[in-house]
Formats: sequence, structure tokens, C-alpha cells
Amino acid sequence: MTQSTGHSASLDFTQPEPVDLSSGKYVKLWQGPQHPGITGNMSLELVLDGDTIIECKTHVGYLHRAFEKLMERRNYIQNFTVVCRIAVPEPTFNEYLYSAAVEELSGIEVPERAIWLRTMNLELMRLASFLMWIGGISGAFGKYTVPNWTLAYRDYVLDLFEEMTGARIYHMYIVPGGVRAGMPEGFEERARAIMDGADKLLDQIERVLFNNVVFKARSKGLGIITPDMVDPYGIVGPNARACGFARDLRKDEPYLAYDQLDFDIVTGNEPDAYGRAYCRLLETRQSINLIRQCLERTPTDGPFQADMPNVLHWKIPPGETYVKAECTRGEYGYYMVSDGSEYVRRVHVRGPSYTHAIAVMERLAVGTNIADIAGLMVSLHTYPPEIER
Amino acid sequence: MIKSLSTEDTLENSGLSAEEQQLFCNARPKAYEPYPIKAVEDFANWARANSLWILAFGTGCGAIELRPLMTARFDANRFGVAGRPTPRQSSVFVIGGYASVKTLKRIIRSYEQMQGPKFVICLGICPVNGGMYFDSYNTINQFDLYLPVDLYITGCMPRPEVLVAGIMELQKKIKQGRCDGANRYVENFDWYKANQKKVIKNWDMPDYNW
Amino acid sequence: MNELTNRLKVDFDASEITERKPGLTTLKVAKDKAETLIRELRDREGFTHLNFMTCIDYIEDGIFTLVYMLHNYEQKQTLGIHVDIGRDGEEMVSIHHLWAQAWTYQRELREAYGIRFPGSPRLDEDFVLEGWDQIPPMRREFDTQKFSEERFGHREGRQSEVPRDHMKVTLYPNRGGDEQ
Repeated sequence: MTQSTGHSASLDFTQPEPVDLSSGKYVKLWQGPQHPGITGNMSLELVLDGDTIIECKTHVGYLHRAFEKLMERRNYIQNFTVVCRIAVPEPTFNEYLYSAAVEELSGIEVPERAIWLRTMNLELMRLASFLMWIGGISGAFGKYTVPNWTLAYRDYVLDLFEEMTGARIYHMYIVPGGVRAGMPEGFEERARAIMDGADKLLDQIERVLFNNVVFKARSKGLGIITPDMVDPYGIVGPNARACGFARDLRKDEPYLAYDQLDFDIVTGNEPDAYGRAYCRLLETRQSINLIRQCLERTPTDGPFQADMPNVLHWKIPPGETYVKAECTRGEYGYYMVSDGSEYVRRVHVRGPSYTHAIAVMERLAVGTNIADIAGLMVSLHTYPPEIER
Repeated sequence: MIKSLSTEDTLENSGLSAEEQQLFCNARPKAYEPYPIKAVEDFANWARANSLWILAFGTGCGAIELRPLMTARFDANRFGVAGRPTPRQSSVFVIGGYASVKTLKRIIRSYEQMQGPKFVICLGICPVNGGMYFDSYNTINQFDLYLPVDLYITGCMPRPEVLVAGIMELQKKIKQGRCDGANRYVENFDWYKANQKKVIKNWDMPDYNW
Repeated sequence: MNELTNRLKVDFDASEITERKPGLTTLKVAKDKAETLIRELRDREGFTHLNFMTCIDYIEDGIFTLVYMLHNYEQKQTLGIHVDIGRDGEEMVSIHHLWAQAWTYQRELREAYGIRFPGSPRLDEDFVLEGWDQIPPMRREFDTQKFSEERFGHREGRQSEVPRDHMKVTLYPNRGGDEQ
């Protein structure tokens, strides 16, 4: 597949004309928010012609907690406890990006050991999130064995988190200036054993799920993202990589220790639900590989916290910055503006689902069968809390 | 017509248009009367306690720990707990932490559609006093102003082990006949409704019956 | 990047060109030139990716600063374009025809700050709020704590302790609780 990075001016993404419901030919149906096939608490307003979707509108806001407003009212260290709640399956990315933005604005250098521990933490998070996602895509196509495997196995990864950080879901591990603790004793062997098991699990999943005729029949050709859609729609992450775009922030603009790790960008050439799923399976393997490298290379002694000012009266010089990292869904970013006071002036959280779940979803859903809509939504890896924050 | 059934005090359904008012019943909810024979009631409670079906509505971040709870490692099926996709079939509503105003409206709709006996479990600290979103303009602070709560499980997140302990505690309470949240809702219906309407400004749904 | 910013300075009167860090530059441009500048960057300079679009409220100066963050994948450069508009009901040119997700951002900004983007589709639909009857909540004059206390309230007979005062009174009574 050819790579086109230019902006396609020919692509038409104007809003379609509203459907005339009074004609009696169509049915309006709400999928969600009370629906088990929804990736989190959001809803789709579907208009159906028979069982084919002819119009789709995404409604979000069910999880809106006004983080950006709350962060303007809390000082920098208080915000640290709030940020990880923004995205539940991947809190670590919020912690890291918030810390990185604060460090950049205040000019704090993070010690080497903390950089490696952060890298490992982020990769573990990617692994846990991907495992849950594989369960999700399998469940969305009606196969309930794989979710039982992956969610149970994800728990072992969460156990590693618990050992390292003290918590399963909200770790609050990556603080501005470093991390909260080093690796516990014996962590490396236990982590390696779990990585070996995860490799085996992925082999089984590949056999059971990706060779399954029903899964193939339903997911191949579903929700095709054409390469000319990628830039106008702002598609990032595995959704773009499955169309052949070799874009990965870990490689393109390396942060933390990613420039010292050995890996290649995963790309695919089937831009449908199956291709995206396979791309993510390969990225899960890549994460396991990266975790192994991190385990090997993380220093076991040295400081893991930089010298910090008194965080209760911490003023950060005026400035603005935008930091980003490659989460499982693509580019996750924090835009932070400081005005020199104890409180942050403005934080904007940029989540990849912002476009995947609204603009892209509304386009791809048209023409799809109602039974495949859950699979399509999961295959885009949409996650509502990062849309509404 | 259903509307003419009740001659006593009925619900206004003022959020609905005149046309829609014809479609919904306006009777008030009725409280549950226990069986007159205590042994029969105890038997019913025993049966209720051992088939707790959870409504699969992830209202907040607490939903993330329900997945490990339902799958292989913690396997809540051992306790007769299963997830149901529709409110009509479920008896337990798990409020996963904070509830934004937009979700609260859907929570009330789903709760009222659930058939008795029904129980509400709140996860985390946010439904107790607002938690870390105490000053947010979009999340409610105290959940029991809007719906009766039978059990709180605190922690952020509550671990699956705690959820299992909470479910066992709920079972104990049900067997003792102390889970009367649905009856409290009926008895203080006007108070709950007034609180709900105070925060939900676009009330375009019937007052009780679905 | 320097060539580009110099050219933008001449052609579009771009001011306050600052390199925030390697790969991230911000500049300010007048409101009436913003749309042309963004279109030019997208079509000619390879800034094909709209990272996000947001707004900063400078209530003391009476302005909203809109921020358009564009990214160039080939040169690995990010360009933040700042546009100042007045706080009291001033409109901004819509860019919904340039990127497919832009209208979502504009819808969010309309709801959160009350900025109008004429021509942007579905601008007046609710985005995250429902039945909102106050001033747009992200404006700095909106006091979210006061609103929360008034609207959501507390149940009688139940109280919450402020952890700091609680620690002062019960846990560390001798330390006065004022040390820093």
C-alpha cells in the first residue's frame, strides 16, 4: 500500500443531510449508555434501514468530571492525584504526561533510574490494556472464551503493578520529579515468568481467535479506513498503522528510554477490523519484548527522585508546552500553560478517541450491519473518558 | 385506558407532552409487602440472596474492576452473581463511583425499570460525599439523595476481593431482611423525586412508570 | 523551521514566535488571517495533522486565546497557533472544512466557553453537558465549588471533615498545624 502523507483535498467529510424519520421507513435506535457492548459509558444514536445503519451520531459526556476545570483550582502536586483518573484502563499515561509537562516547564531533570522505571511502567500498562482490548474484540464478536483468558491474565500484570506501586488500577506511581519507588526484590524473575506466560497465551489466542472462521468472516472488510482518511480525520496509533502508516511516537520522537530500546514499528496492510486487531496482537508481543528489555536494563541502584522544591508552595515559571506519548490507542498528549502562579493556567488533554469515536465512528458506521456495530467500535479502541475528560 | 385505573393521588408526569402522557401509566409505586408467614419470607430472602444479577451498566470507573470480578480469576458466578444486559432481569445495580448528572438521569431510568426485589451497591468514595470531585460542577456529591443505597463499598478502586466481600455482606443483609432500599424509595418517593428534579434540569421522562 | 517562521512573519504578520522546545514552536496571528494561515500550513507546508484545538481564558486581559496545534509528520515539527479574540461573544472563523474532527472541538468550545463558530455543523447540540442552565462552565468567572455546593448540597445530619483541619485538631494538636 502506498503511503500518502499529503492532505487529500478531494475527501468529502461534510455532515450528511438528516434522515426524514417521519417517512416511517426508518427506525431510530439508541445503543448505550446502558449497553454491555459499549466500550465504556457512551452512546450511539443509530438510524436503521432494515438492519443497516444509515446514520450514526455519537453522544458523550456521561463520564464528564470537568478535570480541566478542577485542575485549574488545585496546585501542582494536588493535580497529580487527579490526573490518573482521566483514563481508567491506562492511568499511567496520564501520570507520565502530567509529570513530564510539569518537569519541562520547571526544568527538573529526572534521574536515569526513574526514566527506566517509567518506561517499564508504561509498557506494562500497554500490555495490560491490550490484553483487555483483545478480550473486548473477542466478546464483541460473540466469543466469550478469550475474554476469560485475557482478563484473568491481565490480573497477573496488575499483580506486578501492585507489587511495584501498591495499587492495581490507579497507581499514582510516576510523580513529578521521578517515581515513588524502585523495583522490589525478586520482581524481575516474577515479571519474566509472567511475560513468558503471556507469550504462550498470545499463541493460543492467535490460534483460537485469529484463525476462527466466524471471527474472520465478520471482521474482514468491516470498517475500512482508507489511507486518504488518515490525515483529514486525525487518525493515529494502531488504527493508522494498520493502513500502512509507519507512525509511532516511540520511534519518531522518542521519549524516556525508547531511543535505547530495540523494536520496529508494527504496520499492517489490511485497514479493516481484522487488520487492526492483528496489528494490536503484534503490538502486544512487542510490548512483552520491550518489558523484557526494560527488566534487563533498569538500574537497580541510584536515586529515583530528583531534588524537588517544597511542593506545597511550588510556583512554576510561565510558559507552555505540549508533551505526547504513544498509548495503546495512539497519540495521547497534555498541553499545559503556566502563568507563574501556584496553580496551572490551563491543561488540555488530547485523547486519540476524540476523533476515533466521533468523526471516524460516525463515518465508518454508515452502511454497517447493526450486529457489527459493537465490533466496529471496539476495533477502533474508543474510550470515552478521554473524550469528555 | 390505563390512565383511568387509579382514582387516588397520581403522578403528574409533567415532563411529558400531552400526547406522550397518554402512553405512560401515572400510578405511584407500591411498597413490597413481606409474606405473612415468616418462614416463607425467609425462604424467599434466601433465594433472592443467592441469585444476585447485576445490571451491566458501567456508570463510572468502578466498572473496570467488575470485569476481573466476573471472569476466571475471581469468578463471581460462585456466589450466584451474573451480569444481565437489561434492567428487567437484574436485581442489583452497581453504581461505579461518581455519577455525572447526565448519567444520573439514565441511572434513575434504569433503576425504575428494574423489578423488585432490587438493591443498590455504591462503589468508591465518590457517591458518599463527592470524593475528589467534591467541587466538580457535573458530578453529584451524595448519591443517596437521589436513590436509596443498600451497601457502600469504599476504596478507589475497590479491589475485586472487596467486591466479593461486599456481595457476601449484601447477601447476609438480604437474608436478614434488612435490605429495604426499594421500600424506602417508595415511602419517600416525593422527597427523592424533588431531589432528582433539582439537579436534572431537562426532565423529559415520566415520573415513575416505564 | 526558521525559514518557515520568517516567511509567516512577513506574509501573515505572525508575532511572538517562540521556540518552546525542539520541535515545538508557537506564534500569534491576527484573527482574520488565522484561517488562511492554517489552510496554507496544511496544504503547502505539510502540517497535515491537527493535534487539538483549545482555548485559554485570560479573564484579566478580557481575551480568549484560541490554540490550534498542528503537526508535520515529515519534519517532526509541531506548530501552535495562538489567536486572540474578545471574551464577550466574539465569533471565530470555523475550520470544520479543513479537518473532519474540527467541528467536534468547536462544538466543545461553544459549550465550554460560549465561543461561536458560524457555519460549524451541529454547533448548538449538547456535547458533554445536558440541561445546562448556567454560564459556560470553563469560563474562569464560573465558580464550580460554589455551584456544586448549591446544586448538589449535602444531606442533613452528615458532615465531611476537611482533612487538613481534622489533622490539626485531632492528629497533631500540639504542632499547631501551621508549619510549612
